[in-house]
Amino acid sequence: MLLAEINLENLMRWAFVVPLIMACSFLFHLLFSKKLQKRFGEKAVSAVGVFAIGVCFVLSLAIGVGWIQRVNSPPTGAAFTAAEEACKAPYGEAGAEGHGTETGGATEGHGGETKTEAPGASTEGHGGETKPEAPAAGHEGAAGIAPGESASAALLTQAEGEGHTSEAPAGGETKTEAKTEAPAAGGEGHGAEGAAAEGEGHGAEGEHHEVAPVCSSVTWFEIGGMKFEAGTVVDGLSAMMLVTVTLISLLVHIYSIEYLHGDVRFTHYYAFLSLFSASMLFYVLSSNTLQMLTGWELVGVCSFALIGHWWEEKKNTDAALKAFLTNRVGDTGLIIGVIITFFAAGAKSFNVFHINEYALSNGADKGLLFLGALCLFFGVTSKSGQFPLHTWLPDAMAGPTPVSALIHAATMVVAGVYLVARMFPTFFVGMQIGVGGNWAPVGNYVAIIGATTALIGAGLAFVQYDLKKVLAYSTVSQLGYMILGLGVGAWTGAIFHLFTHAMFKACLFLGAGSCSHAAHHTFDMREMGGLKKYMPITQKTFLACTFALSGLPLMSGFWSKDEILAGAAQGQGGKPYMVMLVIGLVVGGMTASYMTRAYRMTFLDDYRGHGHPHESPKVMTVPLMILTVLAFFATFLNIPKLLLGGETSSLAKSFGVRFEHYVQPTFIFPGEELLKPAPFNVIVAGLSMAAALGGYLIMRQYMTAGIAKGAAAKPGIARGIYSFLENKYYLDALYENVIRDGVKGPIARASYWVNMNIIDGMVNAVGVSARKVGEVTYKYVDQGGIDGLVNGTGAVSNEGGQLLRRVFATGKVQQYGAWLFGGAVVFAALIVLFVK
Amino acid sequence: MNFTSGQFWTSPITYAVFLPLVGVLVMLLVPRAQEDLHKGLALVTSLLAVAMGVYIHTQFDYSNAKSLQGVVDTEWIEFIHSRWIVGLDGIALPMFYLTLLVVPLCIIYSWNHIPHPGNAKAFMILLLVLETGMLGSFVAQDLILFFVFFEVVLLPMYFMIGVWGGENRQYASIKFFLYTLFGSALMIISFLALYFLTKDADGNLISSFDMRLLSANGRHIAEGTQVLIFGGLFVGFGIKVPIFPFHTWLPDAHTQAPTVGSVILAAVLLKLGTYGFIRIALPILPDAARAWSPVIGLVAAIGIIYGALCCLAQTDMKRLIAFSSVAHMGYVMLGIATLTDFGINAAIFGMVAHGFITGMLFFVAGSAKERYHTLEIKRLGGLLISAPRMGWILGFTSMASLGLPGLAGFWGEFPAILSAYSPASPDRATLFFGWSQVAVFRGFMVVAAIGTVFAAGYLLWLYQRVAFGTPSEEFADDPHIHDVNGFEWAAWLPLLVGIVVLGVYPNLIFHITSPAVSQALAAFGK
Repeated sequence: MLLAEINLENLMRWAFVVPLIMACSFLFHLLFSKKLQKRFGEKAVSAVGVFAIGVCFVLSLAIGVGWIQRVNSPPTGAAFTAAEEACKAPYGEAGAEGHGTETGGATEGHGGETKTEAPGASTEGHGGETKPEAPAAGHEGAAGIAPGESASAALLTQAEGEGHTSEAPAGGETKTEAKTEAPAAGGEGHGAEGAAAEGEGHGAEGEHHEVAPVCSSVTWFEIGGMKFEAGTVVDGLSAMMLVTVTLISLLVHIYSIEYLHGDVRFTHYYAFLSLFSASMLFYVLSSNTLQMLTGWELVGVCSFALIGHWWEEKKNTDAALKAFLTNRVGDTGLIIGVIITFFAAGAKSFNVFHINEYALSNGADKGLLFLGALCLFFGVTSKSGQFPLHTWLPDAMAGPTPVSALIHAATMVVAGVYLVARMFPTFFVGMQIGVGGNWAPVGNYVAIIGATTALIGAGLAFVQYDLKKVLAYSTVSQLGYMILGLGVGAWTGAIFHLFTHAMFKACLFLGAGSCSHAAHHTFDMREMGGLKKYMPITQKTFLACTFALSGLPLMSGFWSKDEILAGAAQGQGGKPYMVMLVIGLVVGGMTASYMTRAYRMTFLDDYRGHGHPHESPKVMTVPLMILTVLAFFATFLNIPKLLLGGETSSLAKSFGVRFEHYVQPTFIFPGEELLKPAPFNVIVAGLSMAAALGGYLIMRQYMTAGIAKGAAAKPGIARGIYSFLENKYYLDALYENVIRDGVKGPIARASYWVNMNIIDGMVNAVGVSARKVGEVTYKYVDQGGIDGLVNGTGAVSNEGGQLLRRVFATGKVQQYGAWLFGGAVVFAALIVLFVK
Repeated sequence: MNFTSGQFWTSPITYAVFLPLVGVLVMLLVPRAQEDLHKGLALVTSLLAVAMGVYIHTQFDYSNAKSLQGVVDTEWIEFIHSRWIVGLDGIALPMFYLTLLVVPLCIIYSWNHIPHPGNAKAFMILLLVLETGMLGSFVAQDLILFFVFFEVVLLPMYFMIGVWGGENRQYASIKFFLYTLFGSALMIISFLALYFLTKDADGNLISSFDMRLLSANGRHIAEGTQVLIFGGLFVGFGIKVPIFPFHTWLPDAHTQAPTVGSVILAAVLLKLGTYGFIRIALPILPDAARAWSPVIGLVAAIGIIYGALCCLAQTDMKRLIAFSSVAHMGYVMLGIATLTDFGINAAIFGMVAHGFITGMLFFVAGSAKERYHTLEIKRLGGLLISAPRMGWILGFTSMASLGLPGLAGFWGEFPAILSAYSPASPDRATLFFGWSQVAVFRGFMVVAAIGTVFAAGYLLWLYQRVAFGTPSEEFADDPHIHDVNGFEWAAWLPLLVGIVVLGVYPNLIFHITSPAVSQALAAFGK
């Protein structure tokens, strides 16, 4: 019964199982791993983790394949409407779309073909996508349907159900296909995915019909009569992220078997790897901002725990705290941004599509969206290491190296980039990305920050001696690149760069770990050198990925970087982002340059450390090789059409810009007339190659001349710059010594002083003076006056007084008591006086 | 069995409230030396109360959580027109359950943790009397009845701090007692004012303490008068919450109280104040609530930052946790101040979550104190080495306390911050330079959001100093420092599980509170 339900369509709907598996793995590790390790050793512990993430990887691939199929034959008519409704699931009785399978639903398998009528209905237009694609629609069957029509088609056929009924005939096929796909995919990574893509890749090229994501949701909570959903979204973006995260995570799980071998907290390490994967997958699948906030913070916690993995040393825990708190600072922006966008879009739903749709609608409040986007971006600034909140990221290298590869290079730190990509319509409108120009008025706060980050990150990478820190600053710089890409509207370029960067940067980090493994656990490049001789595999993979990072043409980094640069050159609204382009090119040159330095110091010349370095075992080198291969083959995912014979050639149609075709959303997304995709730009590509080459040559010259060593000693400007860089632009000094220590020290102490001496002091003073009043009253009024009058009863009252005094032994009772009754009297008087 | 209304003797609420007192009567007959018997009796009694709670759970109509259920309305003190009116709705129920849960956990924890100077009999009896007082406060629907239960709580806690407390217990217990009593005095005057001033729509005095009647008619009181009466309630409830600047009794009381006392204080007692706002002050005096709301918002916002700053200055772990309550209750009060669905639901959730989380933190602090005989942060360290499980629990609870999404604390914080974006009367001018409420509250929103950074700061800094690193020489080989024991697990697990469950699926509480809150907010004409 259940097995019959398993097809790719349903798998996409049940995408929540992917994070769930990892969450279970976390729980398992938490509860049983210690015993497991005692009985069966480390291998068993890691096997559980590897198995769980492996399953997730296969499922993610299957979901990716499912998505590719969906793009190739998108749901139309009633199925589209149902899917659309499920995705926007705004509020109230959102569950109404129900499981309406009672009509049998075989009809809407062909529902798509009936759509030729009612072109008039397209006035309803969802998003900006009202272009009538009549000829395309004619030949492509399902494709090219304007959304308004599909709504009317729904009316005509009166079809209901979530649309998976329409998929029924296809479902049978996909099941078998998925089976054959899976093993191949396991071995070959997304090569298989690509093959599937090509196999199905007919027609549909270039025409941006809307493909509705696969969404499902449940009620999370209800307040004030409104229901709020938790749900998953599977579309190109999230499917791509699923594959990326599970892939890198899987390789890191495997790599860690050896790298963390014999570690004191082997089980904790695997537990948190699982929790991290769960949180990250949860995050990328989120259907609403609140859920994203949840995933966002959970990955932060895992980052905290893993940076502080060796928490015996204060240095590590300091880094962990710094990471968490810096992110927390950004999170205030995220929280407020979530709130503002929630209210901007009508205070009914946190759903991202709902918010995005509002952003793209005509009546959107641009000022409010700007504010919302700005706040959200503040969150991005910390999570994705953007200037000026990037300072935590290099320190985060205190954690184990595989963690740096997974969390602080490939996946978690791109959460911010993902947020901008996911909510791109909001940023597009709010930040006025579509306006274009170098320094558009509000414009392009995103691009400006991205460019700044790219520059300062690259600058700092030059002065590091710690190999991991070079890579960390490089990550900062590359994240800036991605943000820059999004800021100039090169959506696909930025996300493609996210994808390729995940491959080669993870490889570089793992390579650095391998070196350290060989060179007695140091990351100081001054104690390395000449490792080429000892560890050929590490060296070759490191070199290949250095090429990719530096943007050498054959490797994927070139293509993704180039798309961003081409996007900047083209600009938006007819105005190119020239400043961003120049900065991008400069950073490209700098990247090649500092990577040359790092590579050379690590692998060339003679070994400067002690002991005998050796190549790492297979369990570590195989992940390196896989990543290198992927970093190379990723190229073919998004080959510009120009290189394949131009727009119209059949080669371009089936192989060109596949990544763009499958990943860039079409559902509630700025249409082509708003967001222009940039074609391949030969001049820009040439310039970027030249910049990389220039960077390489300069560094080579510099190092050969041996100036590097003397830079610090050099007088004048060079030295000034050097120490400015060495001190990380003094940002750390500002944050840690001024702000953090200021709050922790004087400000906190002053508040507490106020608390003890003024507020509490007042309480005590009131008590003391009340007691004084009491004493005076007792002494002069009671004893002197009244008591004198009532001498006869004196003895009795004295007794009573003694008794009372014994009860209230401390004296404080009197002060408080006096105060209490004094206050009550005053208040009663107030009521009597003012109340009629 | 009809739960919508009933007689005194047939109502499960009666039994839930008074069973602890029955237990007390039995225990009074048992000689003091039989400590285990006393513990057993106390536990059984509190579990019987839980059983009544379970029974109420089966009888409660959750689809109608907005209306009062299980109402008992009979004569009580006839000559002052005070009646015995009890009942439960979606606002009271979570607090009622919270109390029922926390007390047995405290008894289990006390099994081998009776603080110096011992005497399990007296200790357990006080706990049970406390339970009756707390439960009664949450079910009472008559102002005098509420007041009586509210005061019943005071005395056992006074003795608990004064007898079983730390070195400075005398000062702390009297400060706690008199400060709260001072608030009570103002509160009772406000109650009396309500009794004497509330008229129905036709202008006739209603002369009743019945909260239902008062809620329906309180709005007929002139606004100026309402504001004054609200002032009395503000101070009375505010001291209990406590809101800045009436909070100074709290750190002393918490620091000096025995572990279980701190837990109950944090988990339930503080909530009596916020509950009073939601149950009494807001629905009965809507105009005054509107007028006061910016002031409440202000003290809440100040409390959030101020409490956090004081936390950062603490050298004692328990005192730090105590100050964190000031900050957390700031979020609750901020939610209440907005007078919106989101805000008040967040407040109730925050009350429950704070009960779980801060209660848990005090448990851990108590257990740490028992092992280290000090809570001076400087001397601690390496808890993860000395007692790894306890270290994990502290870390987990700290994360919950700093409002991590996915754990309970988040759902008290985030919706409260959210609600401040759009308070119930946005355009109304405030005392602050005549700015509109919406402008003022958005300021509070930003402050509250920044407060989350501070919360992370003081909690993680605490965690770094207490749990990370290696144990100091003084405690490195101390045999007294052992990991979590069975009683501790039994007392803690329900709270830990609750923190996760409520965090993952907040609707467990929201679906109960939301209709009732909407009902209570009906007075605001929304």
